[in-house]
Amino acid sequence: MTLYQDQILDHYRNPRNFGSLEKPTHVAEVKNPTCGDSLHMDIAVQNGTIADVRFSGSGCAISQASASLLIEYVKGKTVKTALSLGPQDILELLGVPLSPGRVKCGLLSLETLKKSLTDK
Amino acid sequence: MLDPLAIRRDFPIYDAEPGLVYLDSAATALKPKAVIDAMNEYYLEYSANAGRGLYPLAEGATTALDMARERIARFVHAGEKETVVFAANATHAINLVALGLEASIKPGHNIVVTELEHHSNYLPWKELSRRRDAIFRSVKFTADGTIDTAHLETSIDETTTIVVFSAVSNVFGIINPVADLVRIIRKKNPEALILVDACQAAGHINIDIERWGADFVVFSGHKLFGPTGIGILAGKKESLERLTPMNVGGGTVLDACGPTTVYKKLPENLEGGTPNIAGAIGLAEAIEYIEALGLESVRAHETMLIRYALEGLKGAFGQRIHILGTDDPNQRAGIISFTLDGLHPHDLAHLLGEENICVRAGEHCASPLHRTAGFPATTRLSLSVYNTKDDIDRLIRTMEKISRIFA
Repeated sequence: MTLYQDQILDHYRNPRNFGSLEKPTHVAEVKNPTCGDSLHMDIAVQNGTIADVRFSGSGCAISQASASLLIEYVKGKTVKTALSLGPQDILELLGVPLSPGRVKCGLLSLETLKKSLTDK
Repeated sequence: MLDPLAIRRDFPIYDAEPGLVYLDSAATALKPKAVIDAMNEYYLEYSANAGRGLYPLAEGATTALDMARERIARFVHAGEKETVVFAANATHAINLVALGLEASIKPGHNIVVTELEHHSNYLPWKELSRRRDAIFRSVKFTADGTIDTAHLETSIDETTTIVVFSAVSNVFGIINPVADLVRIIRKKNPEALILVDACQAAGHINIDIERWGADFVVFSGHKLFGPTGIGILAGKKESLERLTPMNVGGGTVLDACGPTTVYKKLPENLEGGTPNIAGAIGLAEAIEYIEALGLESVRAHETMLIRYALEGLKGAFGQRIHILGTDDPNQRAGIISFTLDGLHPHDLAHLLGEENICVRAGEHCASPLHRTAGFPATTRLSLSVYNTKDDIDRLIRTMEKISRIFA
């Protein structure tokens, strides 16, 4: 089964919540230096809930689609829920197994999300 | 001309993977059966240690190791076989030189590398400079993908201790004029030691240590049809003799008991521990294989395919494809790296992989090069004797298909 299912290609071509927030409460940027993938997230947290979130970045379809899917998923959820997400949850969102070489691409979104919610 | 389809019969992997399009020989070349057989023969029939035992089996292993060294020495035009040192890989060979020269690097002096270098010929020198408070200088490359000779000249002065550069960049694939560069360096500073990384040259162009005139030349075995786990450090005897043995232990020493340890002569002083005997035998067999094909025929075949690939890629993708380095196929040693607008190298390489077309994507252990060139990552195809025009056709057709998915 190809990794590049319609859902991934769709989120890559038309990323949801792409852009930036005017007044984010949490911000993070993570780069994967070996392939040049980069993600930036702006998050607005209100009363322990992710009220709004935007991302920007560049890189392979897997890294960008996984960010779009993850953000769509965590929007409106609590920070606690977002921080409890693990690699398996990302794989489920993507809907396809990642080969060892592509795990990093898929998990860059989770790393960026957690970094922004834990750094200030 | 070489017949790549006939050559494929020498490479058992094509039986295991009949539809394979292997375009990643710059990462590691496929292995001919003769190499595997020669190594198996050692393991199955005379797998004693070399240089130690006095019984016939051990003498057989010692002779085989010795003959392998001699074979490799002839291949690289080394004056004496003692100037061929077995290492674990090319990175290890470079570190043997960097560590072996450590004590002679003075604070404030400089070490010159180039921005073309693989991390393996970059980090050992960067770290050595840092440890010795020496100045680390990096020479620029031209848009053609060769070392910028004017910048090389101005980077070298009377306090330059070491200059290192690759004969062929593993990303650009462009052949540097090694002997000319050595002359330029010597003219500016006759005392500076010169190391040439020949990993991407070995098996593609002639490695001629005598003509090149460098102090040290390194290459790995597995990129020229040999096994992994063996690399070669060769060079001028008097330069190799300047290296302090850093990997000391069994096999390196004449007198281990006295207040001052007395080490053996080259090459044993630099080869601590049991060498990769099977690896050396395999590498010598790989060289035998290349020489039977003829280096000139290999080169002609690769150049023909490179020309075909350059024309095909530009024909198919026009302005969308950006090929690193000069268009002249005669200046390339079997490598083309490129970017394609709208398609990340990882996506491209992954999807090609799903069709059993093997290319490399990323920065190819050459981040300084990619940073300067302005690409976070590139896709690289690299060729060898078993590749055909049909491989290139399949690559391009599949790239077009992938391109349409992402359009």
